[in-house]
Amino acid sequence: MVQQRTNPLRKYIRNRKLPHFFCPGCGCGQILNYFLKAVDDLQLDFKKIITIGGVGCTARIPIYLNTDSLHGVHGRTLAWATGIKLYRPDLKVVIFAGDGDLVSIGGNHFLHASRRNLDVTVILVNNFNFAMTGGQVAPTTPFNSVTMTTPYGSKENTIDVCKLAVSAGATYVSRWSTAKPIQTVKSIKKALQHKGFSLVEILSQCPTNFGRYALRTGDPEKVLEWIKNRSISKTKAEKLNEHELKDKFILGEFIDKKRPVFQGTTLFKEEDN
Amino acid sequence: MAIYIDEKICKGCKLCIHFCPNNVFQMRNKINNKGFVIPDVVNESKCTKCKLCELTCPDLAIFVE
Repeated sequence: MVQQRTNPLRKYIRNRKLPHFFCPGCGCGQILNYFLKAVDDLQLDFKKIITIGGVGCTARIPIYLNTDSLHGVHGRTLAWATGIKLYRPDLKVVIFAGDGDLVSIGGNHFLHASRRNLDVTVILVNNFNFAMTGGQVAPTTPFNSVTMTTPYGSKENTIDVCKLAVSAGATYVSRWSTAKPIQTVKSIKKALQHKGFSLVEILSQCPTNFGRYALRTGDPEKVLEWIKNRSISKTKAEKLNEHELKDKFILGEFIDKKRPVFQGTTLFKEEDN
Repeated sequence: MAIYIDEKICKGCKLCIHFCPNNVFQMRNKINNKGFVIPDVVNESKCTKCKLCELTCPDLAIFVE
């Protein structure tokens, strides 16, 4: 047998693109790895997948994948996905977006894509700030944390992306973190197989910007530890009251149901699931 | 069985040390071509092939065979 010395998942990555541009210890690299593992386990055809990234650190992930990919306007990933999905429903569309990209700037597209139940998979990497531009405050930044634009602590309340997606009408919603690799891979697999709007929110560490400003450490391990200490599973969270859950991230699967998929206004069929 | 680390693309983030349950990796004074201090495989006999390091490496630099 020939000795293979590199990770076999690297066959899905474009030639000569490694090492990638992410900082040492960035969660985006890990999520790239988890996504490739999920695709490899499901044996999906890479020629039938389109990956889309907007602007931001996370949006650089499609650049490294050996799929057809789009990369460009800030927050408009779901608008593109709608166009692709309506013209070619046989293709699988996967969106990589950061919290600033999808929830802040593309927030409106996000609401309406989940309302329509568009058949796409969204992998939302939540690193609690706008990381690529230097660590500005984002809608997901925890209350009272210091960022580049809030030197005395952010006084804005945070947005719960999973609750928002559930109430807007998404049909598969889950939240995991990079500290839980096995569960995250399982959840990505489930989202890729799901028919309808599927959202996997992954809490990720940003040692360079969020870590240095808010947590006063540039060590990825310590940022990961911070996420781990604040995380709580869904079953445990059901027993606690609102005051105890104030600064916690609830991990788990929030919804998994079936609903008619959006196929364009004139072609809408109710019986088709 | 062997653990390979691609020294050219490793960035020395130490996440493999964090995730490994059996302390197989350790930081020594090994420096790669880009100036990053990279981990070394120390206790290879302790490895149980759970492949967590391979899955969680952000740079896809580790391969467990």
